[in-house]
Amino acid sequence: MTPATVPDLIPVLPELFIALMAMALLMVGVFHKPTKVSQKRAAMGVSLLAVIALALTALIVLSIPSGRQLALNGLFVTDPFSVFTKVMVLIASGVAVVLSQDYMARQNLARFEFPVLILLATLGMMMMLSANNLLSMYLGIELQSLSLYIIAAFQRDDTRSSEAGLKYFVLGALASGMLLYGSSLVYGFSGTTDFDELVRVFTAIEGLPSVGVIIGIVFVIAGLAFKVSAVPFHMWTPDVYEGAPTPVTAFFSVAPKIAALALFCRVMLGPFGDLVSQWQQIIVFISIASMALGAFVAINQTNIKRMMAYSSISHVGYALIGLAVGNVIGLQGVLIYLAIYLAMNLGTFACILCMRRNGHMVEKISDLSGMSKSHPMVAIVLTLFMFSMAGVPPLAGFFGKFYIFLAAIDAGLYVLAVIGVLTSVVGTFYYLRIVKVMYFDDLEEPLDNPIPRGIGVVLAGTGLFILLFFSYPVPLLSGAARAAASLFGG
Amino acid sequence: MDVFPILSILTFLPIVGMAIILIGVRGDDEIVARNSRWVALWTSLTNFFVSLLLWGYFESSTAEFQFQEFVPWMPDFKIGYHLGIDGISLFFVLLTTLLTPICILASWESITSRVKEYMIAFLVMETMMVGMFCALDLIVFYIFFEGVLIPMFLIVGIWGGPRRVYAAFKFFLYTLLGSVLMLLAMLAMYIDAGTTDILMLMQHSFPEAMQTWLWLAFFVSFAVKVPMWPVHTWLPDAHVEAPTAGSVILAGVLLKFGGYGFLRFSLPMFPEASIAFTPLIFTLSIVAVIYTSLVALAQEDMKKLIAYSSVAHMGFVTIGTFTMTVQGIEGAVFQMLSHGIVSAALFLIVGVVYDRMHTREISAYGGLVKRMPAYALVFMVFMLASVGLPGTSGFVGEFLILVGIFQVSTWAAALTTTGIILGAAYMLYLYRRVIFGQLTKDGLKKILDLSPREIAMFAPLVLLVVWMGVYPASFLEPMHASVDNLLAQMEPARSVARAHVFAGH
Repeated sequence: MTPATVPDLIPVLPELFIALMAMALLMVGVFHKPTKVSQKRAAMGVSLLAVIALALTALIVLSIPSGRQLALNGLFVTDPFSVFTKVMVLIASGVAVVLSQDYMARQNLARFEFPVLILLATLGMMMMLSANNLLSMYLGIELQSLSLYIIAAFQRDDTRSSEAGLKYFVLGALASGMLLYGSSLVYGFSGTTDFDELVRVFTAIEGLPSVGVIIGIVFVIAGLAFKVSAVPFHMWTPDVYEGAPTPVTAFFSVAPKIAALALFCRVMLGPFGDLVSQWQQIIVFISIASMALGAFVAINQTNIKRMMAYSSISHVGYALIGLAVGNVIGLQGVLIYLAIYLAMNLGTFACILCMRRNGHMVEKISDLSGMSKSHPMVAIVLTLFMFSMAGVPPLAGFFGKFYIFLAAIDAGLYVLAVIGVLTSVVGTFYYLRIVKVMYFDDLEEPLDNPIPRGIGVVLAGTGLFILLFFSYPVPLLSGAARAAASLFGG
Repeated sequence: MDVFPILSILTFLPIVGMAIILIGVRGDDEIVARNSRWVALWTSLTNFFVSLLLWGYFESSTAEFQFQEFVPWMPDFKIGYHLGIDGISLFFVLLTTLLTPICILASWESITSRVKEYMIAFLVMETMMVGMFCALDLIVFYIFFEGVLIPMFLIVGIWGGPRRVYAAFKFFLYTLLGSVLMLLAMLAMYIDAGTTDILMLMQHSFPEAMQTWLWLAFFVSFAVKVPMWPVHTWLPDAHVEAPTAGSVILAGVLLKFGGYGFLRFSLPMFPEASIAFTPLIFTLSIVAVIYTSLVALAQEDMKKLIAYSSVAHMGFVTIGTFTMTVQGIEGAVFQMLSHGIVSAALFLIVGVVYDRMHTREISAYGGLVKRMPAYALVFMVFMLASVGLPGTSGFVGEFLILVGIFQVSTWAAALTTTGIILGAAYMLYLYRRVIFGQLTKDGLKKILDLSPREIAMFAPLVLLVVWMGVYPASFLEPMHASVDNLLAQMEPARSVARAHVFAGH
């Protein structure tokens, strides 16, 4: 080995680090003496170390020299786009571990495997975000998905949780199959799986590409749409969200979603970017269907986790508007939307984790009544999140929608934009219902105090971000602009 | 921006008060309630006095926007935080800062639960309202325009009457549905003109086909806010269920958003479309004036009656605006100010007896003049102002509007005038049933007259109504240059339209 091979690994440093950390933490857990008390303490310690590891990884991600760099024979790429999205995913994972602490201890689930699995899932997501080849993309997705299947079923004594894990696994495997099939078709008709090569192949084509490629792309879209839970591949979402332990749901609703959406954007706008006229109408349809279904079906839900599942489906619909636009403004909109969505969703789930009565978790929307009396601050913050999700200014959620619709109008997708704003009004109804239950209805049995410290910190952080985003939006906007431009060769 | 940022201070001072209440006010419930009330009152009064400075330093002779402030906000998108006022917006700012302390006074005793949150909601609302009237950037405007919904939704929903949930949802969803389309129109304007600065957009001329769509999108939003017939149905519900102060601010300021929007956006930015749609506005306004007046005649609930009278009065405003004459537009602005004070006062008047008797049924009252002479007098002043008696503010506005309409269409003027007659009918009928007659109801025999707090609430309003009626020049003078300028901006489009008429198209 000559020293010349060393720079090749610099772009992969964060992934290497997090993989090593996952294995090291596994060792810490395994070699700890298994008594009841120490098991809990080991879980706490490993969780703490996992959060530190995630934070360090984020630092490494940020400190890698910017600009586009390839590694591992072109299978792996790092560019401002991957940096931006990786930081989001790492924040999501770290916060999810923090949120899980108290819950896991209460439910007797405090086992060291959980943070380790989160680390492995995060590693998979980071691989997805840096994939520059259909194969490395698939590997990243699988590493991520396998970890997710396990943590969905983490509460193994609970049938709902096991069912959630199994359902997620079966349907997820089907989607992975479709993705792989689509990739093989693309490979068969173009002769390469490398993203950069694919771009060259497709730009060289005069006129329409062959039908095989189109079918391949459709299968790839189907597989990815499953991962982001867009309609009509959303069926697993409500069940998994409801069945999985709440902190796991919080994690599912942000990190894998952001990773998959970002990957979706990279695949569609990168290798298939020149075929935008071929796939645009599919994305437009998926987007409309997701927004509408998410908005209408959520109205009838009584379980707040299920409602959040439909809410996330409709949020994915909005984000996909930006992808449907298919240019740099649209992509920038998607990235801003995801960053704001991350804060809103983590915050909302932190509020849901405060819903405890007599030591038991409660999940019905009606259980929130009287929250304004027993937890006035949590109620105020949750109100902020709900208005923000509905997209009411001056809260951050409005800006997320703003840039998405700006891109849609700019690209002349007027019908899509009009349908988008109209479904957002429908969606407002169920977000307002939460506010109504908290403030307008009479107090039922109060919820338990006090709030665990970790959750309190998350609530304060996300709440302030959502509330004050409008006062200084420039850092996020310019970060997203740089990231988006990097995917378009800027 | 080397001038003193008076508009930002006006806009964000209530937020400072809110922060003080949120962080500073602690203790047991009684103390928290008392301190929140005082902090809110002092904040809003300070804001009112600051806004008087605005009037004092306002330069009436120019149509330029004054006290302008500009800070880059999203430089990549060329969106800036831009504030400024002209003669049209000046008085709306003053109206807002005047009504907020009055609302806080009106809620002094009637709001007993969650006082802290209530005061916070009112102060946030003041920020949104003042900001909306000062905004000179589309996005800033939209944020304030929409942001008002949050505190208002909570005020109706938490402190409202028995059907408050229905009313709050209806209010929120109706107005949101209207304004999201406006947001898309704003984005389209931004993409066409490359800026969101209102001053620059006024110089930009949009293609005519595009104007039609933009105008319609803005129209939907403003028509819901005004509200114009047939999208007015949220208003009676919201008014009836809202607490007194909520109704006051709703009628006094929130309804003016629509009328102000027409003047700030529809007329100067889409002149061709505005001319093309004038018949539509005339028709809807005349229907509103006549139909809702008739509906008001049949009401059993005092608040509902005044709510319907609001719709009728706002019908005058929209028709006056679209006459596109100096008198019509100045009349419309004047009518909005007058209505802001008179209808706010009428809701306060209903609130006074509601606080004592806990009913708003007209039939539950009668003969109040015997126990409450001062109340009867105040009620009479505002009732007559609402009818439009010469010497009160209502007369000036309606008269100017009618002068404006006569220049455009005699028929429209004749139909609109019937609204004045009907208005006199329902208001006098209301007054007779509540104030005169025999004092027979047992519950009313011990009712008390106005307290000093209530007199303090009504005194400035009575004074203003008479001042505006007797010497309207102090209000018309500052807006004159701006209205002239508005019409001058529309002149090219109007001369084209006139040429078409003469050419027989």
